[in-house]
Amino acid sequence: MGELLRLRGVKKTYASSEQVQVQALRGIDLRVLEGEYLAIMGPSGSGKSTLMHIIGCLDVSTAGTYEIDGVNTAEMNEKALAKIRNQKIGFVFQQFNLLPTLSALRNVEVPLLYAGVPASQRKERARQALERVGLADRAEHRPGQLSGGQQQRVAVARALVTNPSLILADEPTGALDSVSTADLLDLFDELHEAGRTLVVITHEADVAARAQRTVHLYDGLIRSVTTGVAA
Amino acid sequence: MLGQTIRTAIEALSARRMRSILTLLGILIGIGAVMLTVGLGQGASDAIASQINSLGSNLLIVTPGSSSSGGFRGASSTASLTEADVEMLADQAIVPDVVAVAPIASTSGSLRSSTTTWTSQTTGTLPDWTKVRAREVESGRFFTQGEVDSKSSVAVIGSDTATELYAGASPVGSTLIINGQTFTVIGVLKSEGSSLSGSEDDIVIIPITTLADRFTDGTITIDTIYLSAADSDVLASAQQEINKALLAAHRVDADNADFSVSTQASLVETATSVMGILTLVLGGIAAISLLVGGIGVMNIMLVSVSERVREIGLRKALGATPSLILQQFLVEAVILGLTGGLLGVALGFGGAALINPMLTEQSVSISISTSATLLALGVSMAIGLVAGVYPASRAARMAPIDALRSE
Ligand SMILES: Nc1ncnc2c1ncn2[C@@H]1O[C@H](COP(=O)(O)OP(=O)(O)OP(=O)(O)O)[C@@H](O)[C@H]1O
Ligand SMILES: [Mg+2]
Repeated sequence: MGELLRLRGVKKTYASSEQVQVQALRGIDLRVLEGEYLAIMGPSGSGKSTLMHIIGCLDVSTAGTYEIDGVNTAEMNEKALAKIRNQKIGFVFQQFNLLPTLSALRNVEVPLLYAGVPASQRKERARQALERVGLADRAEHRPGQLSGGQQQRVAVARALVTNPSLILADEPTGALDSVSTADLLDLFDELHEAGRTLVVITHEADVAARAQRTVHLYDGLIRSVTTGVAA
Repeated sequence: MLGQTIRTAIEALSARRMRSILTLLGILIGIGAVMLTVGLGQGASDAIASQINSLGSNLLIVTPGSSSSGGFRGASSTASLTEADVEMLADQAIVPDVVAVAPIASTSGSLRSSTTTWTSQTTGTLPDWTKVRAREVESGRFFTQGEVDSKSSVAVIGSDTATELYAGASPVGSTLIINGQTFTVIGVLKSEGSSLSGSEDDIVIIPITTLADRFTDGTITIDTIYLSAADSDVLASAQQEINKALLAAHRVDADNADFSVSTQASLVETATSVMGILTLVLGGIAAISLLVGGIGVMNIMLVSVSERVREIGLRKALGATPSLILQQFLVEAVILGLTGGLLGVALGFGGAALINPMLTEQSVSISISTSATLLALGVSMAIGLVAGVYPASRAARMAPIDALRSE
């Protein structure tokens, strides 16, 4: 299996003022293979979100290199990064981050819009993605009219719709109850079986347990990597 | 893509309906005010032009006093025009392109009929007056050269004067007392309608010789000499002939001319240029309100950008390029500007339709041209664009992560 992500000595330092500097990441080396299901765990403040932002091309590292599909992200401009985010990565956020004024269907359409997909295909593909997460009957509902679990599934549909190689989720179950969590994890399992690469950040051991591999972060460094029961 | 951007922009604007409407209001009032003031200026200069044109065709005007610019009397307005000048200008051998000459002398007078008193300007002139001023006699007749020579006490009056003094009865043959002197009304002029300088129909015309004889010590002070050129093609050469003849008669060179000769065209030009300046000033004042409206759009777009930081971050995470974000906010600002502009144009037309009936007395109307309308729409669009550039580029430059993280 090919290598999808490669991080070498990635560091991230936040300078909140002249004197105070926070080293959120202090040298991360990580490889993620295509089709892999990876969990990232660690205590609060250990740098999980920071790492995800770098993997998701939302932020840039202060040192080290990060390659996605063999391309060094440091060499890309903002436009190229936008294209990577659009085509290679699907985000699932803890707070769902749906656009409140748009219907579920139109929320799912947004990435296709930026991919330049024509209007006719957009609707069809968005509908298929909603079907995939079991929400075809809620296509016209706005986020405010959906439960938390349903909103998160809309977000997953949105992450899926461009057929990205990587699904990147930051505490996707953080705002969900146990039933919705189970539904979402089943959905992730299905996606994994369908060959997608998943990187899921979580606090919860039973979420991490579904992954093939779990990276434990501590104070900006990888402390250990455990291999879970292969799904 | 642009269609989708426009749709997104309209959705974003209607999600904040009240605020969008208030912002529109700024542009709307500005555009409406500019259209009304400029329309009024246009209407006024149209009215002045048509009034000057109605003075008579192929008209030339000689006024005393030095003036170098387009027909308005200079500061030193001396009585430099004489009867001899008039006689000379009537000579076809000297000024071949002039076909009619009518000097004007006037006095303001109290008028009295058997029943009523009235005050109006009394003008002394020659029979050619009807020709140079393109006026017609409605009933009765105009006075003749014979009556001028004999200093007859005959008067021709305007239709309004007739109504005031004789209340509907036919004035022809009636007695009219002007400043205590008795005249006989021999004709009533056809109505010309009112103009900016007052009614053209409230006038009393008597032979110029009679005016000098009865109301002054016998000398004639000529205010103006009206002349008609044979046709409009020879207007310029007629102007030169008159100028040359008068310079020679007054023994002065062109730099010291104590009179000025203007044509209808030059009067229209001067009047419209004066109105143009006035329109510019009024329009400029109105444009300031437009500027304030533009600042309103910029303000609201800045608020909108900082309110939607998370949305911007999310859109970037989902693959929006900086230029697409820029486009989205620019389109929103332009829609605000353009909608405000369209409503402003509607306000302009509506206001004109409302105000014009009140202006009929003044013979002026607000006239809004198509080019002014298109310009207003263009300007409102440009205002939206300019006001949107800064907020939109701020949105476009935001780092996706900073935008996403903000609460
Ligand atoms: N923009 C920032 N400026 C300064 N410091 C920051 C910034 N973002 C994160 N940090 C710091 O970097 C460190 C890592 O933060 P990060 O958000 O990655 O933690 P986390 O592992 O996701 O924690 P949690 O589980 O609470 O979400 C923390 O000490 C945090 O205070
Ligand atoms: Mg976090």
